[in-house]
Amino acid sequence: MSNGISSDLQSESIEIIREVAATAANPVMLYSIGKDSSVMLRLAEKAFYPGSIPFPLLHIDTGWKFREMITFRDRIAKEIGVRLLTYTNPRGAAEGIGPFSHGSAYYTDVMKTEALRRALDLHGFDMAFGGARRDEEKSRAKERIFSFRAPGHRWDPKVQRPELWSLYNTRINPGETIRVFPLSNWTEADIWTYIRQENIPIVPLYFATHRPVVKRFGQWIMLDDHRMPLEPTEQPQLRMVRFRTLGCYPLTAAVESTATTLAEIVAETLGATTSERQGRVIDHDGAGSMERKKQEGYF
Amino acid sequence: MDTLRFITCGSVDDGKSTLIGRLLYETKLIFEDQLEALKSDSKKFGTQGERLDFALLVDGLQAEREQGITIDVAYRFFATRRRRFIVADTPGHEQYTRNMATGASTAHAAVLLIDARKGLLTQTKRHSRIVSMLGIRHVALAVNKMDLLGWSQAAYNEIEIAYRAFAQDLGFEMISAIPLSALEGVHIVTAGHPAMPWYDGPSLLHWLETVQPLEQETAKPFTMPVQWVNRPNLDFRGFSGRVASGSISPGDSVRISPSGVISQIKEIAVWGGAQARAFAGESVTLVLNDAVDASRGDVIAAAADPVKSADQFEVDLLWMGEHRLLPGRPYAALIHNKSAGVTITNIKYRLDINTGAQLSAKTLSLNEIARVTVSFDRQVPFAPYCLNRRLGAFIVIDKFTNETVGAGTIHFALRRAVNVHWQALDVSKAARAGIKQQQPHCFWFTGFSGSGKSTIANLLDKRLHADGKHTYVLDGDNVRHGLNRDLGFTERDRVENIRRVAEVAKLFVDAGLIVIVAFISPYRAERQMARGLFNTGEFFEVFVDTPLAECERRDVKGLYAKAHRGELKNFTGIDSDYEPPQNPEVHLRTMEDTPEVCVEKILQLLRA
Repeated sequence: MSNGISSDLQSESIEIIREVAATAANPVMLYSIGKDSSVMLRLAEKAFYPGSIPFPLLHIDTGWKFREMITFRDRIAKEIGVRLLTYTNPRGAAEGIGPFSHGSAYYTDVMKTEALRRALDLHGFDMAFGGARRDEEKSRAKERIFSFRAPGHRWDPKVQRPELWSLYNTRINPGETIRVFPLSNWTEADIWTYIRQENIPIVPLYFATHRPVVKRFGQWIMLDDHRMPLEPTEQPQLRMVRFRTLGCYPLTAAVESTATTLAEIVAETLGATTSERQGRVIDHDGAGSMERKKQEGYF
Repeated sequence: MDTLRFITCGSVDDGKSTLIGRLLYETKLIFEDQLEALKSDSKKFGTQGERLDFALLVDGLQAEREQGITIDVAYRFFATRRRRFIVADTPGHEQYTRNMATGASTAHAAVLLIDARKGLLTQTKRHSRIVSMLGIRHVALAVNKMDLLGWSQAAYNEIEIAYRAFAQDLGFEMISAIPLSALEGVHIVTAGHPAMPWYDGPSLLHWLETVQPLEQETAKPFTMPVQWVNRPNLDFRGFSGRVASGSISPGDSVRISPSGVISQIKEIAVWGGAQARAFAGESVTLVLNDAVDASRGDVIAAAADPVKSADQFEVDLLWMGEHRLLPGRPYAALIHNKSAGVTITNIKYRLDINTGAQLSAKTLSLNEIARVTVSFDRQVPFAPYCLNRRLGAFIVIDKFTNETVGAGTIHFALRRAVNVHWQALDVSKAARAGIKQQQPHCFWFTGFSGSGKSTIANLLDKRLHADGKHTYVLDGDNVRHGLNRDLGFTERDRVENIRRVAEVAKLFVDAGLIVIVAFISPYRAERQMARGLFNTGEFFEVFVDTPLAECERRDVKGLYAKAHRGELKNFTGIDSDYEPPQNPEVHLRTMEDTPEVCVEKILQLLRA
C-alpha cells in the first residue's frame, strides 16, 4: 500500500470500524467536524468501499461551534452521501445555557455530555465511534479501544474489560453501550501526515490567516459572532492565527502561526513544544477533569 | 519507518512508569505545558521530593495518583529517527494482571523491570510466563535502581544469572540484560556510563531501536479470516478482513475453511481502485472469481496450504474472571472473527508461577495459567498460535455478565475431534415419536429445594400418562443415587450434574419421549446450555417460584434446618446462589396457585 508510515495504523483502524459494522445492532459515528473526525470519516469510506458507510454520523451541536465548521459539516455530508444527524440538547437551548452566561464547566456538562447521552438514548445506538486518541490526554491513554459503558453511559476506569489481541468483545446486555475509538493509536503527527498524504478535506480554520481575536487568560480567542461579550480592556485585533484543535469557539484558543499549507502545518506540528489540548479551555477545569467528564458520559 | 510495540512489565515499584516517563522526556516527547503540569503534580502527588516524578506522566487515573500505583495499562507514543514506538506501560500488582496481559497481547518485545535490590519476585515470574505464553520472543531484562546499590556489578550478575536459569524453558530467543537507573537516566539513551565501566552492552533505547522481533508473517502461506461480507449491491460481493499471514494477488487460488470450496482471487478492492498485492497486516476486501459462499469467521487461505478446522483443542489458558473457571460450563468465545460456544472439558494441569511445576486442579482462579482441553460447539478454522497468532488466539466470555474472563492460545487440535462423528441413525426422532403419536418435549423445572418441583412434576407426569403419552421423570434426588452419585454439591459438581442430566434428557427426547426434569438447577448458564441441546419448541423452562422463606417454612426433608446448623454445605439459598430464570416459558407462583392449576398452565403450552 502506498500509504507510507500510516499503513499499519490505517489497517488497524479499518479493522476496528468493520468489527463494529459486523457486530453492532445500531451503530453511529460521532462526528465533531475536526481533523480527527475527518480522518475517521475517510477510514470509514475506505472500510466499506465500494459500498457506502452503513451507519449515520451524529453531530452534537452546542450552538457555539465556529460558523465555518457548520458550513463544512453540511458540505462534506452531502459530498460523501452519508446520513447526518444533528442534536442540540433541548433543555440547554430552552434555558439559554451558554459558555459566557453559565461558565464553561456547566455549559460543557449540559450541552456536550448530557446532550450526547440524550442523543444516544433517543436513537437507541448501541455502539458509537469517537475520534479520541490515546496521546491526547492521560485518562484517554488508559482507555480501551472498545470502551464498555454501563447503563446511563457511565465509564468505570477501574473495571475495564481485558482487551487482548484484536479480539474485541462486543457482547452487551440491554441498556449497556460501547464507545469505540478507531484512532486510539494515532498521534497528532500521524493525523496531519495522513491528511496530507490522502489530501483529506478539513475545515479552513486549521490554516493560518488574519482573524479577529482578543487575548483572554493569555490565549487568543476568536470572535466568531456577536454573542461574545468583551471586557472594557479587550480590544479585538487582526492576527495571523490558526487552530490546532476545534471545538466551541469561546472555549478553543487559536495559536499564532504562518502555516497556510498542509506541509507547513505538518512541519509546525512536528516542531511543536506544547500539546494541542493546551488550546482546550475545558481541559484545565481541574486535575483529572477529563476522567471525571468521561465517567459521566463525555467522549 | 517501522513501528515497534513493546511492553514494560515487572512487579510493583520496580519503576516501570518512571522508566516510560524518562523515555518520553529524553526523546523530547514531553510538551512544555505537560512539563508544567508535571512540575505542579510532582509537588502535589510526587514521591521524589523536589525532583520531577516521571511516573506521574503515565499514571493518568485519579485512583492511580491517589494510591501511587498503576491500575491499568497506559499506551504511550514516541519516535526516534530509526523507529516509531507504541509502549504499553502495564501494572505490576497481581490484582491487575489481566491488564498486563492486555498490553502484552499486541506487543513484539518486552522490557521486564527488576528492582536490583529485590531480585526476582513472584510477579516478575508471572509476567515472564504470560509474556512467554503470548508468544513474545525478545526480552530486555532491565535491572533498575542500580544507583541504590552503588552500581554493584556483583548484584547485577547475580540477578542476570538467576533470571537466565529461570527463563530457560520459556522459549525466549533473546534475553538482553541492561543495568540502569530510570530515575537518574542512566543507560536509558546512551550506554557507557562512568559509574558502570564493566557494562559494555547497549542502552535501553538502542536495544529498542535495533531489536528485530517482527516476525516475517509475510513469508508464511496466505490466510485471512473473513471479518465482514461486503455486499453493497447485486453486482459486488467482497470478503473484507485483515490478512493474518502471507500475501495474495489476483489470480491466486484460495480455499475457504471450513467448507473446502476452492476459487481464485479476481480483485483486491481498495478505496479508489484495485491493488496488485496485499500483505500480512493489511485490511483488504477480496473479490473471488466464483459466486462462492463464505461468512464471517470463515478463513480464506492459499489453496496449497488450506487452514484446518476442528472443534476440540489443547490450549494454554489465562483465567481473568473474578469468578472461578468451571469446567463443563458453557462460555462464549471469539476466535479470530468467529463467535462460538466453548466449554473447558479438562484441566490437564495448572502452572505453578514460581517453579513451573505442573499442579493438578479442578478449577482456575483469577490470574492463574493452565494447560486445558476445550470443546467448541462448532468447527472453527484455526492454526497453532506459535505459527499464526491471529488464527490461534481466542478469548472466553461469560455468557451472562459478558465479561471477558479468559484468554487462550491453541497448541493443537485433539485427534478425537477429527475422528468422532455423530452416528447418523436411520430411524429418526420424528419416526420414533410418530409411532407414539406424540411430540417429544423436555419440561425443565427449576426452583429452590422444597419449592414443589417434584410434586408438580409427578402430577404432570400422571396427567400426560393418562392421556396416553409416553413420559419419563428425571428427579434430582433419584439421579444422584445412580448416574451422578460421584458428584457433590460444590459449584463445579453442580455444573457437571446438570450437564449429565441435560444430555440424558436430550437422548430421551431423541427417543421420542416427553421428559420432565425436576432439578434445582440454580445457574442460568447451565439451564441455557440445556436449552441449547434441543430444537426450537422442544424445550420448556418451568420456573417453580416459591419464596425462599416459604420453602424454609415447609422444609419437607428437614434440609434447611440442617443447612442452618452448618451440617449441609453449599445449600442453595443458604450459602449457595440461585439465579432465577429471566424468560421462562412458564412461571408458576405456588403461593397463588394449587399444584393442579400449575399443571394446567403447563399443559396449555402443548395446546398452543
